[in-house]
Amino acid sequence: MPPHETDEPLVARHVLEFPGGYTRTTGPVIGRFLTELRAGRVVGVRTAEGRVLVPPLEYDPATGDAVTDEYVEVGPAGAVTAAAWVPEPRAGHPLDRPFAWALIRLDGADTALVHAVDAGNPKALRPGTRVWPVWRQNRTGHITDISHFAPEVTRIVSPVRPEYRIQAGGALRVFLDGVRRGVFLGGRCATCAKVYVPYRASCPECGGAMEEPVELPDTGTITTFAINNLPDPRAPEVPFVSAYILLDGADIPMIALVGGVPAHEVRQGMRVRAEWLPESERTLSMANVRWFTPTGEPDAEL
Amino acid sequence: MRDVAIVAFAQTRHTGHDTGLSETELILPVINEVKERTGLRRFGFTCSGSCDYLAGAPFSFVAALDALGAWPPISESHVEMDGAWALYEAWVRLQHGDVDSALVYGFGKSSLGDLRTIMTLQLDPYYLEPLGLDQLSVAALQAAALGADRAELDEIVRRSRADGRANPYALDLPAEIPDGFAVEPLKTCDIAPITDGAAAVVLAAGDLAARLCERPAHIRGIAHRTEPHYLGMRDLARSASAAEAARAAGAGKGPIEVAELHAQFAHEELILRRALELPGDTIVNPSGGPLAANPVMATGLIRLGEAARRIHDGTASRAVGHAASGPCLQHNLVTVLEA
Repeated sequence: MPPHETDEPLVARHVLEFPGGYTRTTGPVIGRFLTELRAGRVVGVRTAEGRVLVPPLEYDPATGDAVTDEYVEVGPAGAVTAAAWVPEPRAGHPLDRPFAWALIRLDGADTALVHAVDAGNPKALRPGTRVWPVWRQNRTGHITDISHFAPEVTRIVSPVRPEYRIQAGGALRVFLDGVRRGVFLGGRCATCAKVYVPYRASCPECGGAMEEPVELPDTGTITTFAINNLPDPRAPEVPFVSAYILLDGADIPMIALVGGVPAHEVRQGMRVRAEWLPESERTLSMANVRWFTPTGEPDAEL
Repeated sequence: MRDVAIVAFAQTRHTGHDTGLSETELILPVINEVKERTGLRRFGFTCSGSCDYLAGAPFSFVAALDALGAWPPISESHVEMDGAWALYEAWVRLQHGDVDSALVYGFGKSSLGDLRTIMTLQLDPYYLEPLGLDQLSVAALQAAALGADRAELDEIVRRSRADGRANPYALDLPAEIPDGFAVEPLKTCDIAPITDGAAAVVLAAGDLAARLCERPAHIRGIAHRTEPHYLGMRDLARSASAAEAARAAGAGKGPIEVAELHAQFAHEELILRRALELPGDTIVNPSGGPLAANPVMATGLIRLGEAARRIHDGTASRAVGHAASGPCLQHNLVTVLEA
């Protein structure tokens, strides 16, 4: 057969693998460490000079002398001495989510153990951070019997969610009745003549009684505002703008949502008007006002 | 001690990708080049450095012998590590006194596999390799232990790449330094590039050196030291073995004009500068160093060759070549060269 003539590179895939893996004898020192690991304990070996090597070596790295046969249980917790953050774990890594490699000096040890730490984020580990082993359920006597380490518990999260039944009575009921009709009700103080909205029974400044409710227009001016980036069930989207709006004829601004305009275009002095839900959908609630939206008028002086 | 000198050095124009050349095809031109430069066709001793795991084939150095002319039989040896250690073995062999010349070469194609994972196999098989601790993670742990200044590291990367672009054998890496972490705090730009290449050196003893080379680079001191393998047993921010090897080689006995350091990560240069006690006026890695070309298993030998080249061409009269091996600069070889 004639040879094939081609410009394509001749490429082949080649894998180096010993079926089933290599069988290695451990010797007494490493064997002891791995056996203790299978039992859920971490031990170090003491050198002639009294230092505790973890993981144990057959010799003292400082002198080359053989170690003693004294094994010391250490940890299980320890302190990180150095850490490196792996943003993209690889196939052979112990964890399939971003994690840290760390040198960990277990309590009672004089050397550091290298292992993975499930730290959550790269800033969570610094020198001195305390970590604890997370053990594998089925242990076989292998360095991976410790699945990984995890930072010591230093905080907990406690969900709190009591429920209440709130009844709107008195002045608030008056105001919400107005909102259902599509008007904002304020109150003028009989003593100091200031107009407050929402309607209230007494003047917060002088303590004087309020006159009958006064109807205010649904137009006003933004006095200040905030761009909110956390979701809120009452808000239409994120980010949303909440603003203090001084209704025309009122002396005190009222807080409400602003919409129908990009958040970064909202400004102090902007003229806005309430956007009401259709009358058939209204309830005794501020939700009747979808939000305040720009009127397009020139900005007002504040 | 016999006077032994580096009398010739050649290297491939290294590439960042597999050009399709086999290892034998890669080393043949550099061996022919040093033969031509010295006029020697046969050598008293031959020694090479390479790593079977790079090719994924056992005894891969044996096939590479085809580039030598190994018939009639030659006196030959191999180290399963960087060619710099092959040079050390050849230097020891020349001290025996019965042969006067040696050919040393190193080669590696790191493009064939995933170097980051392959280098995991250099770790001990009980405590570290089973964790899947890869090469970049190991280096990042050392970088974290050192806690180097970012601006200083960036400057090393910039300088290495600029010098590399001026070196026709090194890779043409962009001046623009990419951002982003490989393994934090190790940035992708702090890492030596994947490189294929080879290098060869000729050593000559006694009078032969002066006959083969106008200005031989005499080996005035050569020593290597190693440290415990396990990372947690040593202070990763320092290299005690590099310091001890430098002391044993007599690096501090005179001014060092040029130092070629086997720093495969930017932070390693800082650790080595301190270990070798290099003063600020020593020119470090004028070739661009490993950050500009890292043909694994030849990179260390190239450091010795580049240092020798500066003696040969008269730009330096005293230079240091350094090679490293093992995780986090575990094993260091320091060579002092003089005109």
